Amino acid sequence: MKREFPLFVTAAVGLFMILSFFVPHQAVSVPADFLQQSAVIVVAFGYVLGGANVLRVNFDGIYRRRPDWPYKLVLAGSLLATLAIGAIEGRGFQSEGTRFMWIYDQVYSPMSATMFALLAFFIASAAFRAFRIRTLEAGLLALAAMLVMLGRVPIGNAWTQWLPEPVRLQGIQEWIMDIPQNAAKRAILIGAALGVMATGLRVILGIERSYLSGED
Amino acid sequence: MGALRSLEKLDRRWIFLVVGLLVLFPLLWPLDLPLYVSPPVQAYHDAIAELPDGCTVLVSCDYDPASRPELVPMTETTLRQLFDKRCKVVATVLWNGGAGLVDQVLRGVGEEKQRVYGVDYINLGYKAGNEAVMVLMGQGIASAFPRDNSGLPTRGFPIMREVRDYSSFPLLVSISAGYPGTKEYVQQVQGRFHIPMVAGVTAVSAPEFYPYLQTGQLRGMLGGMAGAAEYEKLRREKGTATQGMDAQSMAHVFIALCIVLGNVVQWTRRRRDAA
Repeated sequence: MKREFPLFVTAAVGLFMILSFFVPHQAVSVPADFLQQSAVIVVAFGYVLGGANVLRVNFDGIYRRRPDWPYKLVLAGSLLATLAIGAIEGRGFQSEGTRFMWIYDQVYSPMSATMFALLAFFIASAAFRAFRIRTLEAGLLALAAMLVMLGRVPIGNAWTQWLPEPVRLQGIQEWIMDIPQNAAKRAILIGAALGVMATGLRVILGIERSYLSGED
Repeated sequence: MGALRSLEKLDRRWIFLVVGLLVLFPLLWPLDLPLYVSPPVQAYHDAIAELPDGCTVLVSCDYDPASRPELVPMTETTLRQLFDKRCKVVATVLWNGGAGLVDQVLRGVGEEKQRVYGVDYINLGYKAGNEAVMVLMGQGIASAFPRDNSGLPTRGFPIMREVRDYSSFPLLVSISAGYPGTKEYVQQVQGRFHIPMVAGVTAVSAPEFYPYLQTGQLRGMLGGMAGAAEYEKLRREKGTATQGMDAQSMAHVFIALCIVLGNVVQWTRRRRDAA
């Protein structure tokens, strides 16, 4: 019963949500709306659980004086301070001029942008050290990558402006994106969609049970 | 050959320095390289231009400050085009780090175009739940977002009197940096509620959306900073995306050069080792 009941609930709710997609009648749509709202609440509780887990893992690291414990201390301290300031500000914590927004503008926002900006430096370094052309396929990939990279920016167009339109870098880049890239992407999308449908069906039918306790 | 040998042991900090300088110089001294408007960008512009004046548009800004250089310029230009058509804007955020940034962008463009918060535009803020929120909005925007970004009751604002669900909007503008975002809106909303849709996405995720463009599920698309710069050109604006394109040009050329040079170095080393 301990296993059968969750499996039954999953199957019933799964089938009901599929039904709600096709049947707009109130008898189906109202309970379906309730389930959607419940899902939103469950996701919100997921954040609480995630926050608690971050604190648990980091406090454990600080207590045991793991090698990187000072960083864990900064993380846990920042999390608690932001949480406390947000709670003190109340419902309008995201309004202009609040202390919470000061943290967001002066700390979170620049740090987040900096982390992403570092990517440019590492991509350049990786391009020099790791992008090795050893096979024909790798050569084609490198060629396509360079044509798209240069075709996407104005300098590529400036260099090939004297050529007929279809063979300018912009035109070649558009052709690569519209035809070979699109065909490959569509195949991946169709494959992924079939995979999602198969997994969903396995969950509803109770074949896939790993979400219960890690069992296959 | 000596130069190639020294490149084998090149300290990667030299590469970092060159990238930094190549990005910095065009930002300080713009090159004004010519921009060409691609068909997806033209279609994005036209989809908004064809909207009836004064309509209400849903703009979902699903990103956080990490994607600011790519997505904020296109959000600003989109808002300017919508406000110039006297369209009203209902903005939502499905990324937990993005509500503050989107609020600043909305209020900034709102002030510039002398629009009133709650009457001409509203920021419904962040709501956890990803696809579940998208579907929930189909049953009622105000019930999915009972309070705006500042915590005030949504139903109290004049703009929300005309808004029920997706059927209230002639267009959905999805500006997103990943999950949840444009892909989920196409799958959960466009397919189910048949609302016309355009998208602004990061350059790295743009290839993912070409199948949706080809099928017409997306009417138009802005891909990364290049898309935003082309859109600015169409709108005859010179924003941060246009300024950034010169820097991006330099960085792309350098990365292409790195690929070629890295392989030449590797190839000569293998030849030397084989001899």
